[in-house]
Amino acid sequence: MRFAYYPGCSAHGSSLDYELSTEAVCEALGITLEEIPDWNCCGSTPAHAVGTSLSAALCARNLDIAAKKGISLLVTSCPSCLSNLRSASKRMKDPAFRAEVDDLLDAPTNRTFPLVTSVMQAIAEHISPDLIKDRVRVSLTGIRLVCYYGCLMSRPHDLMQFGDPENPMLMETLLSALGAEVLDFPLKTACCGASFGIPKRPLTARNSGRILELAHSLGADAVVVACPLCQMNLDLRQAQAQRATGERFRMPVPYFTQIMGLAFGLPHEALGLKKLSIPLDPVLAKIEENAPVRFGGEA
Amino acid sequence: MRIGVFVCHCGSNIGGTVDCAEVARIAGTFPDVVYSTDPMYTCAEPGQAAIEEAIREHSLDGVVVASCSPRMHEPTFRRTVERAGLNPYMFEMANIREHVSWIGKDIPSNTRKAAELVEMAVEKLRKDTPLTPAEFPVTRRVLVIGGGVAGIQAALDCADGGIPVVMVEREATIGGKMAKLDKTFPTVDCSACILGPKMVDVAQHPNISLYAHAEIEDVQGYVGNFTVTIRKKTTYVDWSKCTGCGTCTEKCPARHSVDAFNEGIGETSAITIAFPQAIPKKAVINRDFCRQLTKGKCGVCAKVCPTGAIRYDMEDEIVTEKVGSIIAATGYDLMDWRVYSEYGAGRYPDIITSLQYERLMNASGPTGGHIVRPSDGREPKTVVFVQCVGSRDPSVGRPYCSGFCCMYTAKQAILTKDHIPDSHSYVFYMDIRAAGKMYDEFTRRAVEEYGTEYIRGRVSQIYPDGHGQLTVMGMDTLLGRPVVLKADLVVLAVGIEAARGAKELAEKLRISYDSAGFFLESHVKLRPVETNTAGVFLAGVCQGTKDIPASVAQGSAAASKVLTLFARETLKSNPQIAKTIPGRCVGCGKCARCCPYGAIRENVANGETTVEVIETMCQGCGLCTATCPQGAIQLAHATDNQILAEVNALCQA
Repeated sequence: MRFAYYPGCSAHGSSLDYELSTEAVCEALGITLEEIPDWNCCGSTPAHAVGTSLSAALCARNLDIAAKKGISLLVTSCPSCLSNLRSASKRMKDPAFRAEVDDLLDAPTNRTFPLVTSVMQAIAEHISPDLIKDRVRVSLTGIRLVCYYGCLMSRPHDLMQFGDPENPMLMETLLSALGAEVLDFPLKTACCGASFGIPKRPLTARNSGRILELAHSLGADAVVVACPLCQMNLDLRQAQAQRATGERFRMPVPYFTQIMGLAFGLPHEALGLKKLSIPLDPVLAKIEENAPVRFGGEA
Repeated sequence: MRIGVFVCHCGSNIGGTVDCAEVARIAGTFPDVVYSTDPMYTCAEPGQAAIEEAIREHSLDGVVVASCSPRMHEPTFRRTVERAGLNPYMFEMANIREHVSWIGKDIPSNTRKAAELVEMAVEKLRKDTPLTPAEFPVTRRVLVIGGGVAGIQAALDCADGGIPVVMVEREATIGGKMAKLDKTFPTVDCSACILGPKMVDVAQHPNISLYAHAEIEDVQGYVGNFTVTIRKKTTYVDWSKCTGCGTCTEKCPARHSVDAFNEGIGETSAITIAFPQAIPKKAVINRDFCRQLTKGKCGVCAKVCPTGAIRYDMEDEIVTEKVGSIIAATGYDLMDWRVYSEYGAGRYPDIITSLQYERLMNASGPTGGHIVRPSDGREPKTVVFVQCVGSRDPSVGRPYCSGFCCMYTAKQAILTKDHIPDSHSYVFYMDIRAAGKMYDEFTRRAVEEYGTEYIRGRVSQIYPDGHGQLTVMGMDTLLGRPVVLKADLVVLAVGIEAARGAKELAEKLRISYDSAGFFLESHVKLRPVETNTAGVFLAGVCQGTKDIPASVAQGSAAASKVLTLFARETLKSNPQIAKTIPGRCVGCGKCARCCPYGAIRENVANGETTVEVIETMCQGCGLCTATCPQGAIQLAHATDNQILAEVNALCQA
């Protein structure tokens, strides 16, 4: 199975481990990700803060490249890229808006754009749970995880089409299939503070601190994420966050692909585990305690 | 023919944007019009007297009034012309207010349109014929559907007025939602203590026969002569033998049955008597939990029953009743608040509904009236009430206000302090709607005497904080800042919706309902108890949100409508019904198939099909006349010729 892939800037920078583990997990599941050529930044928060047409132009260029290659489905890991690409796609249906964007791009864009979806949805929709279970080599039994989607992945509901916007369950389904114990996490779609980590640090520290503290009090071994910026705020800025909320603890914040890769028995280097600021040690220790599974499903 | 035309000014309602004198002048030029004038208020006493006088003075045999909607005053003017000796159907109305003056400001155009509408009415009137209603006898019995406080009041008033009442209640006991409440606002008197005696009256009244645990299967007939089919749902208990002693409920080993009467707070036995004051006080087996009925072995209740009333092989029973009138009083249900994922969608046990909270506070409830948290049985010290959960929220399809939540929330806050003096309550609200008698004073008491902290704003999320409490995140829109509270218990004032099954019942009763499922009254202001189906009346929340006093008032109002209806031995039918023209009928039967009222009977004799309209069942909807390929069935007062006369007048004007 092959998917056209839009990595986004973070994947080649701050979230290299997300990209590594995504590719490794996809390969293990028989999925090849084909990076589209000559892609550019989606514009992220700064572009749409300046103007919707600028943001849409940056996204439309990528969508246009994919469309002109005959691609009908484009996957990306980053929720912010996903949100921007989807917004642009939707806005471009308005002829007046399209003309404005085409003008910015100096060339008419393709009439139709590919559907953009997240790597998580692509895996969940195209790979059967049984196949995922079959691929498990290392038992995650007894590992207590909370899933944290961030605010963007499921919102706005009609744009993102990601299930219940307040209580998405896709990541839970994937991680449960691996045998992990997934806890109910009420703050799974709360905002981590996002890019306010730079201009308004106390806000991000407070928001992220709240999320980490709840995970800690629920007894989670790790907060599993799907967004590069959330990961950075919860992991790299964890000390800041805890100064805001008071309690001190070390909560690993891996990507869901890293957890999947662990369960599939992939080498730690291939999952970029060393990139995590808070090491996954407690999780790895629990994995050590569990006897490795040699064949799919059988002890 | 000699026609008189009255073009009403309706003060400035019509006169402000229509030149009424000019319309009257133009009307005077229409054929057969011998008199036309433009009174200021035609419906007022002098206006009506002027019509009567004109009929006599100018020997009129038909009258046109151009004024408001016929829905408003057609009956008024029909009576006027009848008083002056005309047949009431020799009268036509042109609506030049709702259809002209209220919707346009251009006086010349409005005047022209008004004149055209008057011309249509005149041409119709020229084709009108006198109609005479038929008389038919009335079955002087009434069906009351629903045994909540509105239905109880309606039933008791009818019964006291000498009318036999058939009451049908879906649940095993009457009492409705009020029976579940602990106390009532604004007096904080015990709900069961004021409702209980009325429930007993229903049971003891010689004029009331009660079918509890029963539902309406089918309704046929028309005002004065309804035939109602009732399904008595199986109880697995012979109620003629059951004494309500409760031995079975004590001994039943299936202790983990859902306790519907207690709104799912706590568990109960599979055989139950809803509550101590239940009417009828009879046991019912919940077949989903009964071991005998699910697993085929147990039989404990049958063994312990001192009267041998248990019948595991019992089946539903169908009975029919003949009544002349029907009062729908089916009440409401809470909306399914689990659409609110941000409040946990039911995943967290200490987030409960206000009705569940009533059961927690109620001395006959599952905790004996001790307020405790469902999760761990601890007494809550901080209680947060959230109003408008599923009210005034178009995002969940509930744009309307549920009407009474502001009041019962204030009451629950007061009672919480009474039960747990060292507790503290918060109320998140959008607006406080306390418009009833002594209502605002009551909510002030909650704040001023009981120290309830009211926070104006919505709650964005409620979740367990991992330390045994709930985190409530909201907005204080008066201070313009977010609020985060820690609560032991959160009570949601869940919005109401029409009772489940209301729409299906409306179809059976052939009455209308609104987008929320509430039954439609005949006129929002002037006919709030009647429906558009003659003989069917409404009481209580089934018609729209209302509190106990309003429900009781409407119950009495519905009863008075029934008593008025039954004050006559016979009823006059509406003569505006379908009539067949046998010579034109080809016997295709399309009319019989399209009639929604089953009012057309097909007769087959000598291999030939003919149709017949059952006068008393026809509602005059006109479907058959539009369907008939031969024009062989005509609606009196709206015949093809009469409608074509109007069309011609309009198109040739």
